[in-house]
Amino acid sequence: MAGIIDIVYAEYNYWIYVTLMMIGFYAMIAKKNLIKKVIGANIFQTAIFLFYISLSDIKGGTEPILLHGETSTHAADIIYTNPVPHVLILTAIVVSVSTTALALALIIRIYEEYGSIEEDVILAARRKLNPEFSEYARQSEVDSQ
Amino acid sequence: MVTDNIQSITPVLAVLVSAIASVLILAFGRYPNIREGWTFVAAFIKFGLVLSMLPLILAGKTITYTLVEILPNIPITFKVDAFGELFAITASFLWILTTAYSIGYMRSLKEHAQTRYYFCFAIALSSAIGIAYSANLVTLFLFYEMLTISTYPLVAHIETKEAIDAGRKYLVYLMGSGVALLFSTILVYYYTGTTDFAFSGIAGLALIPKATLAFLFVMFMIGCAKAGFMPLHSWLPAAMIAPTPVSALLHAVAVVTAGVFTAVRIILYIFGVELMKSSGLWLYMAYFVSITIILASIYALSQNNLKKRLAYSTVSQLSYIVLGALLITPHGITGGMLHMPYHAFMKITLFMCAGALIVTAKKENISEMNGIARQMPITMIAFTIGALGMIGMPPAGGYVTKWYLLLGAAELDQMILVGVLLISAVLNAAYFFPVVYIAFFKEPDHELKYNEAPMFMLVPIVITAIISISFGVWPDAPGFFYDIVSIAVANVTGGI
Amino acid sequence: MTFDIITNNLPALTVIIPLIAGFLTPIIGWINRKLCWYHVMLTMFIVFLITASNLLTVINTGTIHYQFGGWAPPFGIEYVIDLLNGFVCIIIAFIGLMVSIYSKESIKKELPGKTIPYYSIYLLLVTGLMGMTITGDIFNFYVFLEISSLTAYALIAIGDRKDGIVASFNYLIMGTVAASFILLGIGYLYAVTGTLNMADMQNILPTIYDNKVVLAALAFFMAGFSIKVGLFPLHTWLPDAYTHAPSTSSALIAGLMTKVGAYAMIRFMFGVFTPAFVIDMTRMTEILTWAAALAIIVGSVLAIAQSDMKRMLAYSSVSQIGYILLGVGLANVIGMQGGLLHILNHAVMKSALFLVAGAIFYRTGIRNIHQFKGLGKRMPVTTTVFLIAGLSMIGVPGTVGFTSKWYLVLGSMEAGMWIFVLIILASSLLNLAYFWRVFDNIWFGHPHEVEKIKRDEAPLSMLIPMVILAGLCIFFGIFAYYPLHYILEPLSNMLLGIGVLP
Repeated sequence: MAGIIDIVYAEYNYWIYVTLMMIGFYAMIAKKNLIKKVIGANIFQTAIFLFYISLSDIKGGTEPILLHGETSTHAADIIYTNPVPHVLILTAIVVSVSTTALALALIIRIYEEYGSIEEDVILAARRKLNPEFSEYARQSEVDSQ
Repeated sequence: MVTDNIQSITPVLAVLVSAIASVLILAFGRYPNIREGWTFVAAFIKFGLVLSMLPLILAGKTITYTLVEILPNIPITFKVDAFGELFAITASFLWILTTAYSIGYMRSLKEHAQTRYYFCFAIALSSAIGIAYSANLVTLFLFYEMLTISTYPLVAHIETKEAIDAGRKYLVYLMGSGVALLFSTILVYYYTGTTDFAFSGIAGLALIPKATLAFLFVMFMIGCAKAGFMPLHSWLPAAMIAPTPVSALLHAVAVVTAGVFTAVRIILYIFGVELMKSSGLWLYMAYFVSITIILASIYALSQNNLKKRLAYSTVSQLSYIVLGALLITPHGITGGMLHMPYHAFMKITLFMCAGALIVTAKKENISEMNGIARQMPITMIAFTIGALGMIGMPPAGGYVTKWYLLLGAAELDQMILVGVLLISAVLNAAYFFPVVYIAFFKEPDHELKYNEAPMFMLVPIVITAIISISFGVWPDAPGFFYDIVSIAVANVTGGI
Repeated sequence: MTFDIITNNLPALTVIIPLIAGFLTPIIGWINRKLCWYHVMLTMFIVFLITASNLLTVINTGTIHYQFGGWAPPFGIEYVIDLLNGFVCIIIAFIGLMVSIYSKESIKKELPGKTIPYYSIYLLLVTGLMGMTITGDIFNFYVFLEISSLTAYALIAIGDRKDGIVASFNYLIMGTVAASFILLGIGYLYAVTGTLNMADMQNILPTIYDNKVVLAALAFFMAGFSIKVGLFPLHTWLPDAYTHAPSTSSALIAGLMTKVGAYAMIRFMFGVFTPAFVIDMTRMTEILTWAAALAIIVGSVLAIAQSDMKRMLAYSSVSQIGYILLGVGLANVIGMQGGLLHILNHAVMKSALFLVAGAIFYRTGIRNIHQFKGLGKRMPVTTTVFLIAGLSMIGVPGTVGFTSKWYLVLGSMEAGMWIFVLIILASSLLNLAYFWRVFDNIWFGHPHEVEKIKRDEAPLSMLIPMVILAGLCIFFGIFAYYPLHYILEPLSNMLLGIGVLP
């Protein structure tokens, strides 16, 4: 048992991201409420962001800003954290925000059209609205010929 | 036997003529006279082009033209050799006659969608000539599929539920078998790197394992469902719902003969005489087609509808041609190849007579035809000539081919096959003579006056009947089918 | 001198021109709404010319490397155009051009009042697809993937149909999962290699193939891209999205989105990982072929069950994507050529078919196949295009479908996978079944009513792109030699690492 705890503790950042990601994934798939799906997507993406950020961090590292007054011999001793993942994630956050915005806009439209944001209600409404392509209508048309 | 090869675009033109005509037919759809004029013009030009290549073929040369390389190593190539020319002459000449006959038939019955009819007809003819002149399996497959698709609207022409169902059946059988043909084509390419027809077969095929070879052969023969081999024949009687000119040209000449042509091409020009002999495949296949010959004749006996009876007779007769190619002796092959044009001319005569009966006497069933010869003597005399040819009695040409087939079978000591040919002749007589008897000698139910079919229909019937007789009276007329066949046979057997 | 600037920066311009033009569209639309169409068409035409020039350069002189801002890789972002993405880019540009011409009338009728946003998003979608294809940087790829996805969601939802919005939302959820997987895979690869440049990554990865992280990255990429291309069990977003989008959007998205997804899959398998890894070590290609074979059959069978024309075409897309991935997964030169050729072929055929569906809907408002009776007389040109494209899908010789079928069957034989031979051939019969049903309804059925039907053809600006695409269906069916010889054969050798130094 202790061994497992040690493993978890040693890389707890990864465990957190995996847990968060699964929570988000579950919400995206299993929740019937569209807003909750979007929240799930956000959790999912945030988990990935955390993964990137924790990746870049180095124990005892400092911000990747060139320190003033350092001579070149000292410069070699300073450990910078990796700036690249931060930059990448800034972009990814923008993407995530725009996805969320678009999703919410779509939900508003869906609510206007169907009066609900519950998936099963919408599904039932769609079945009722489009009888021309339902299997029953098709069969009866074939029979009538 | 080395043959000279000439580069010439003529075969391409011969194929394209009717394709171009089809566009003109579509463009002039509103003016029936001009529309049918184009069909005639195209038919004559086509026949002229095909005929113009005959002297070269008779001189032992071949004509090739590579149109385009669609895939690396896969060109669309046309090659005119004696066997292809045989089919091309038959099909293009009969197109002229059928056009005349179609005009008479379609106008008499005031059929709908005549533009579509002539359009598809022209495309189908292009495909048939394309099949005749293909130099490799890919080119052949291209036209084979074109033929299937272009004839579908002709089969389903009357657009009733029955017709569309028949069309579907036609399509499923032929496109389904097309897949088998494609598969075997790719297999040949995979093993040998070529799909070109060669006089002695593709050499590389001799190297592949026996079991694979047999499988390949079976797939090829399934691919030739157009030839109406017995388990895959049922599209042919179903397709008789088409207008009679379609049945006549397509289901006595273009489509089925294309199928048989393809089968013979594959047997002789892909596998080759040597390989067929050494692998023993010829004998199995010969027995197999014998079953078709006998069974189809028995089926024909039970048909009351005249067109259906003719259809089953076609199924049976087509297998004669394949049987001939399978009897890998010069005599057998001669018989098979010669039967191709002979059968085409005789069967088209019969079909056109059946159509004339439908148009003029409104009769489709044999049981209703008591004494019909009093009303339509010329038609029924032509019918009798065709029937005699089918049975294999002089004066029509059937006996010539049957003679060669029997000779081939006897040379190979295959007495079973000889027996099959003889039994089938008896069966042929059994289903044709009652028609002739009913028409000529039975008392009609009520008084019948002389009332022949329209001239447009009668003239083609008379012409084909006369040519059928000429086959029997003077089969070796110079430059006639026998000469072409003897060159083709010399090609494939190495000039014996 | 100014000319030099343009010619030196052509790779960048491929992406930048539609991007800038996309943002200019609202301004131009504000001046005059009618100008938008000319603007988009002109932009697409210029992009097409640029991609054509890029492709020619690649064929003649080899791969183009373009470094942004003069920063050399692996630090800067690099655009790399080789035969693969040069080929895909020209397809994107061409289909984009055709659909933009078609859009004029269709948009007027289906999306009145939304002309400006439509065209703006349209160009941004093209930007996204171009960027995904052309970039040599793995994170840059992700950004463009998201641009194309977001614009695609918008294009699907832009119509008035209620279903379109729901379809778009479902697509969004699926697409987000896919993109997140891909992002995660990128993160894994970055963690183990420390670079984002694809070529650089490919050099470093072979040394660490026993690392489990690399394996996980591959798994995430394959899962993500499988959703993006709509590979069979993950295809559920696709039929709804294609069916309920406005006609032009369907044509563009059906023609391009999944193809670019397939491109990305190929690029990641053979351009980030190495052929040895995906073929022999993980046998990913083999898994892919089986999934693809399943997709071919299931897609075709489901297509037969549909009565909505666009839905039928959507399911047929599921099956056709299977062709592409099957060819790629066979991992021999011939199969690979077949798969790549089918990218071109399917883009041409499927766009044509969706454009036809749009034209029929434009004139008659009908999408149900059973109501198509008499259309052959009413819209002869449109239905002829449908016939040609449909025959191509069936794989009749002389059309594009035949050439890819030929290569796929030959490739399957080469790989010794006879079951795939059977599946490909069986699927062409299934294609026959669902297309012939439509043909029958269009041309046969009511012979006597048909005589009364008046000709009522779609407007010229819709007909021209359809006819061109149908022409290409035949052109590339007969002259497939040229793309195969000049592009696909060297390309397949390159991807499989045959004949070039590693």
